[in-house]
Amino acid sequence: MNILIKRETEQKQKNISFSKNTVKDLLEQLKINPETVILTRNNEVLTEDDVLNDKDSLEILNVVSGG
Amino acid sequence: MQCSKCSGKAVIQLQHGSLCKIHFLNYFEEKVFKTIKKYKLIDRNDRICVAASGGKDSLTVLYLTKKYLEQYDLKTNLFALLIDEGIANYRKTTIKDLKTFCKEHKIKLVIASAKEEFGYTLDRAYPIINKETKKKPCNICGVWRRYLINKYARKNKATKLVTGHNLDDEAQAIIMNTFKANTSLSAHLGPVSGIEDHDLFVQRVKPLYFCAEKETRLYCLLKGFQVDFTECPYAQEGLRAKVRDMLNDFENQYKGTKQSIINSFLEVLPLIKEHQIKINSSPLNICKICQEPANQEICNTCKLKEVLKNGKKKRV
Repeated sequence: MNILIKRETEQKQKNISFSKNTVKDLLEQLKINPETVILTRNNEVLTEDDVLNDKDSLEILNVVSGG
Repeated sequence: MQCSKCSGKAVIQLQHGSLCKIHFLNYFEEKVFKTIKKYKLIDRNDRICVAASGGKDSLTVLYLTKKYLEQYDLKTNLFALLIDEGIANYRKTTIKDLKTFCKEHKIKLVIASAKEEFGYTLDRAYPIINKETKKKPCNICGVWRRYLINKYARKNKATKLVTGHNLDDEAQAIIMNTFKANTSLSAHLGPVSGIEDHDLFVQRVKPLYFCAEKETRLYCLLKGFQVDFTECPYAQEGLRAKVRDMLNDFENQYKGTKQSIINSFLEVLPLIKEHQIKINSSPLNICKICQEPANQEICNTCKLKEVLKNGKKKRV
C-alpha cells in the first residue's frame, strides 16, 4: 500500500510504499523512535497498534522542542 | 485501540493502560495538580511568575497553573515572564504566540529583553564573546536567561517561579550529572529547585515534574494550543541530546525507564541536599558589581559584560 506522510517541520508530503499493517510497523520502517513523535490521521491521534490503510495521509508531529 | 476506562478510541498507550482524549486530559491535569499539592509548590499567599517561552511546556504549565488557582479558588496573583534573548527569526514567532495565548487567557505578560538589559542581542554578543572566550551561544544564553528570569521575577514581587521542566528534562539532568559526577548540581534538582532559601532567589518549582515530554506534547495538541516548532538557530547536538536519545531508546524498549530514574533519584535527593548543605563551605555571594546572587565575587553575567566591553574596545 501507499501512505502519504508529512512531518510538521517540512512543507511537502512524501509517498511511502508500505507492506505491513500498523503505526508501529511504519515507524520501524522509517526508523523513528515512537517516543519522539505523535502521528495523526485526519487530525485524529493514532497509537502504535492502529492499523493503516492504503492512501492514508498521516502527519508526524515532533515531541522534542526545537529550542 | 480502546481506552482502558471507556469504549472511546485511545490516543496514548501508557505503562498502566491506554487512554482516550477525555481520560488522558483528566489524567494529565490530575497528575499536575497532585504534584503541586504533594510538594506544596503553590501557597495561598504566593505571587506566581511563570517563566514562559511560548513552547509546549511553558504554555501547558502556564495554563494549568492558572486552572489550579481557579479550581481551588486561590486569589493568588499570576503573571508570565518571557525572556527575549535577541535571536532573529526565532524568538519573534514565540513572542507572538505567547502574547496571543496570554491575551486569550487573561494573563499579564512581562517581557525582559537582553538588548535592553545588556545593550546587546544574543546574535550580536555571541561572536564577540566567542572570539574572546570560545563560549558557545547556549552557554551565554543560559547565563543571561537565569539572571533575567530571577531578576524580573523578583522585580515583579514574585514569591514562586514556575518553570515548565518535565520528566524528560529532569531524567536527562540526573543522568548528565551522574556521567559528570556533579553531585552539587544534582542537589539543586527535584520538584522544588535549590538547596536553601535565599532572599535574592525566587523559589523555582516544577509542576510538570512527573509529565513525560510526549504527554505534554499530546496535551498541547488535544487542547489546541498554538505551538511553534521552529528550531533555535543555535540549537546544538551536545551531551543533552545524546542522553535524550539514549533515554528514548531505553524507554522504547523498557517502558517506565524515565519514571524509574526519577523515582529512585527522589529517594536519595533529601540525602544529597543534606550532604550539599553540610559541605557547602562558601555560602551564596552577592555580586560586587550588580548585587545579584553569585557563586563568586562577580556573577557570570557581569563577567560576560566585561568580555563584551573588552571585545568592543579591541574592535574600535
